[in-house]
Amino acid sequence: MPFIPHTEQETAQMLDAIGVQNIEQLFDEIPQALRAKGLGDIPAGLNELEVTRLINQRARQDQPLICFAGAGAYEHHIPAAVWELATRGEFYTAYTPYQAEASQGTLQLLYEYQTMMSNLMAMDVSNASLYDGASALAEAVLMAVRANRKSKSKRILMSTTVHPNYRRVVKNIVSNQGIELVELDYCTECGQIVVDSLAQYEGKDYAALVIPQPNFFGSLEQVDQLTDWAHRNEMLVIGVVNPMAMAVIVPPGEWGEQGADIACGEGQPLGIPLSWGGPFYGFIACKQKQVRQLPGRIVGRTVDLDGMRGFVLTLQAREQHIRRSKATSNICTNQGLMITASTIYMSLMGAEGLERTAMLCHANTAILVEQLIAIDGVEKLFDAPCFHEAVIRLNQPVVPVLSKLAEAGYLGGFELADDYAELNNTLLVCATEMRHRDEIVAFSQAFAQALR
Amino acid sequence: MLIFEQSKANRFNRAQQPGEAVDLNKIPTEFRRQQSAEMPAVSELQAVRHYTRLSQKNFSIDTHFYPLGSCTMKYNPRACNSLAMQANFLGHHPLTPASHGQGFLQCVYELQEILKEATGMKGVSMQPMAGAQGEFAGLAMIRAYHDTRGDEGRTEILCPDAAHGTNPATAIMCGYTVCEIPTGDDGDVDLEALKAVVGPQTAGIMLTNPSTLGVFDRNIKEIANVVHAAGGLLYYDGANLNAILGKVKPGDMGFDVIHINLHKTFSTPHGGGGPGSGPVGVGERLLPFMPVPVVAKTDSNYRWLTEKDAPQSIGRLSANMGNSGIVLRAYIYARMLGREGMERVADYATLNANYLMVKLIEAGFEVALPERRATHEFIVTLKKLTKETGVSAMDVAKRLLDYGYHAPTTYFPLIVPECLLIEPTETESKEEIDGFVAALLAVKQEAYEDPDKVKSAPHTLPVKRLDDVRAARKPDLRWQATEKQKG
Amino acid sequence: MSNTPNELFYTQSHEWVRIEDDGSVTVGISEHAQALLGDMVFIELPEIDSELDVGQDCAVIESVKAASDIYSPVAGTVIAINEALEDAPETINSDAYGEGWIFKLQPASLSDVRELMSAEEYSALITEDED
Repeated sequence: MPFIPHTEQETAQMLDAIGVQNIEQLFDEIPQALRAKGLGDIPAGLNELEVTRLINQRARQDQPLICFAGAGAYEHHIPAAVWELATRGEFYTAYTPYQAEASQGTLQLLYEYQTMMSNLMAMDVSNASLYDGASALAEAVLMAVRANRKSKSKRILMSTTVHPNYRRVVKNIVSNQGIELVELDYCTECGQIVVDSLAQYEGKDYAALVIPQPNFFGSLEQVDQLTDWAHRNEMLVIGVVNPMAMAVIVPPGEWGEQGADIACGEGQPLGIPLSWGGPFYGFIACKQKQVRQLPGRIVGRTVDLDGMRGFVLTLQAREQHIRRSKATSNICTNQGLMITASTIYMSLMGAEGLERTAMLCHANTAILVEQLIAIDGVEKLFDAPCFHEAVIRLNQPVVPVLSKLAEAGYLGGFELADDYAELNNTLLVCATEMRHRDEIVAFSQAFAQALR
Repeated sequence: MLIFEQSKANRFNRAQQPGEAVDLNKIPTEFRRQQSAEMPAVSELQAVRHYTRLSQKNFSIDTHFYPLGSCTMKYNPRACNSLAMQANFLGHHPLTPASHGQGFLQCVYELQEILKEATGMKGVSMQPMAGAQGEFAGLAMIRAYHDTRGDEGRTEILCPDAAHGTNPATAIMCGYTVCEIPTGDDGDVDLEALKAVVGPQTAGIMLTNPSTLGVFDRNIKEIANVVHAAGGLLYYDGANLNAILGKVKPGDMGFDVIHINLHKTFSTPHGGGGPGSGPVGVGERLLPFMPVPVVAKTDSNYRWLTEKDAPQSIGRLSANMGNSGIVLRAYIYARMLGREGMERVADYATLNANYLMVKLIEAGFEVALPERRATHEFIVTLKKLTKETGVSAMDVAKRLLDYGYHAPTTYFPLIVPECLLIEPTETESKEEIDGFVAALLAVKQEAYEDPDKVKSAPHTLPVKRLDDVRAARKPDLRWQATEKQKG
Repeated sequence: MSNTPNELFYTQSHEWVRIEDDGSVTVGISEHAQALLGDMVFIELPEIDSELDVGQDCAVIESVKAASDIYSPVAGTVIAINEALEDAPETINSDAYGEGWIFKLQPASLSDVRELMSAEEYSALITEDED
């Protein structure tokens, strides 16, 4: 009986106190016809030694590939202290901090996180996280529809340069409420949205424009022009950004004349392992005036009876456990443990560490692209400047090439043709600070081999 | 002190910084950030000490009895964490081909199978990242089912008035209206009231069983018949699955779709508020609509099924495969328990709750439904205490912290005044439960003898009672650099 | 026992209504309601000139632990809102029938107002509540 402390004698004493003969009697309110006939096929229990053997054996099969893929999940160095601290039992096994006085550790940390994330985004306020980048964008869209009082349309302009899975998730979540996503085509020469192409949408009623930065192709969008255009047309601006890039790239709060209205995205680059795509965390930040439209947990600073500083969950009346059917969202949990790690990560890196990391990613990807396009049959697509990802086109189908690279121990990138029909034979590649120059050279050689 | 207040300009943590100096000129001027983001500037030791000390200001399962009703705060086995944190799991990009992740995919597949068996459902998807997303997926499937049949006009979801707030909030997110069903005096759903409101507009009903009142709804089969006869489907909120694991399967009760909170029943960490994981299980009718990706097995080969394989799927709700690392922890836990272990979870969770309830009744506390058997949790109402002393359930909760016990859930469900919802879980010992009874009794005595002491509690924690009215009136949600200069 | 002034009319959802000399009506929430909700922290007021149906939700008040919709007691047009509440929602706690008024309506018909509950009827309702 793993993890159950009762001795036989105690069990007997407890049954006696309740006044029943056996445990079975405690289930006497369940109609007999409904009672399960056991758990059939579920295997018998394992002790820790046995389960360790089993899981280690599974893990041994799964040697990770050397990663040259990004596409929304990025391999970065994570300082050893990050997860040693985050998995301390006091963080790992605490619940949502409803009893503030007994949760000051988590609450202060979340307040620090909100400060760091608002600063990184140059926005007024951040919440204490959502599930992941894709669902954060869905929440941002719902928020924009609530917050844009001038718009009656429930229509959103969504750039096709936004991550294809994000667009799917947003559609899956918001379409049930009758919100329509209108997709904007990108410029196939430069790999970004061109403001001049937006004339057809001018003067029409859209609640918001979604701008990625960098976009799914790694290209940098003309965020200033796009933001000002959207504001002139009475749309809100949602920026969906890579937080690591924001250490060196103009952040959403400084886009155009007034800044974006909502910033959101995937927090994974800040201290979260790739881990088969989760758990990650989504972030969302906004301007002060929209704070009551912000979904999810928010921590505020206050004082105690003695006037000493302390922290509490606040603005809870927006949330489902109070507002029920009128809540801003059905969300209850945040990704507390993930942002615990992320907050520690940002503290250990500091602004300088984040900037250096970001620039090294930028430099490595430039070297990677240079090496790859030197290969016969490989060319770079799009001429907009990049952050740490780029699109290349091959002279042959991508899938067999990726298979050969996998055999050689490399994750070679993301094939775009499934999501962008016009981009046949193209590959999205990335080299973060984790890739040593020698690895980039070796990968390029393997790449050349695979093309032959 | 905040980490920002310990920062000093030009202090760097060189161990964590890539060697090369930053040359921002490589980025075109128009895209370049002009001023660095304000971030902490501390040494590694300062950061480590700061966050270690912060952690010590938390109550947690590892440090305290945490009888939070409806949250299943049981022991989170350490092995589940350390085994899941291996480089060969953490190092995999979500784009890794299945051929290079057979070990992991096998774990996911086997957990899908275990959950199917444990719940009596026909298919399971790990995609939803939390219980609330599981609810969303469930209702989206119900909607897709009706739509596919051309059964229009089903615009309403039924929820009992005792339901978790997420249920009605989810229904709205799915574009439904909500109709509340009252609870009868015996704690079961008021069947006559239900019959009166079901009809051609009913898309489905969302139920938790055992309910949030801590009792098993004895009429569940009849409820299922009434809703099914009207053409609606039944959604099972798995919040309280811990109470019936191995005893009753939601599939056998007549539910068409369920979610399971891995962070409750399968003991994955609560992490200070997440990450959760809310897999959904479906019966035959909803199989085609399950969210993707899910893992399929052909011969001894595991692969992901995506939108291409399941054209009627409601699609994905996360960019990747859901909270994979949490799924892995739940799998390890499920393997450690095995089938006998799972049944004992319900046995001892129920034993502990009933024992605690009896002990509290003996100590003079009033429970909400004394005629009923407790499940894995039950409700104490302090209405009388509040009336006689002015001490509220919240005050009692705060005073319990001084005695070294985390408070039960307060003021939920909303339909019971001044209530405490108490769930001891199966991993707590008799001594711990007896200690909790003694503490609650001591607080009750204090409420009569020295009510101010209880009303101003806690007295021994890192902070005293916090002013949440002030926090909400003038929200201060981030530290401002200007405060530092002000001193 | 809460104070329920005789000259006002009341609703089941705890709004009070006062008929002004100019035929407009002022709306707030009762002392009983503010006590139930606790310390107010936020208010969302209706927009001036908006047309309200009877029973339409038109404002939201929030305390720390609850959020409550305000329903229009009668049909009419919003002619004034109490903007001072945005900075000091606690006024509803301290002066529910005076400075804590929420909005003023030009009602479609004054006879609708007179059909609302009297102070006596409302007192009976909340006494029942308090048991």
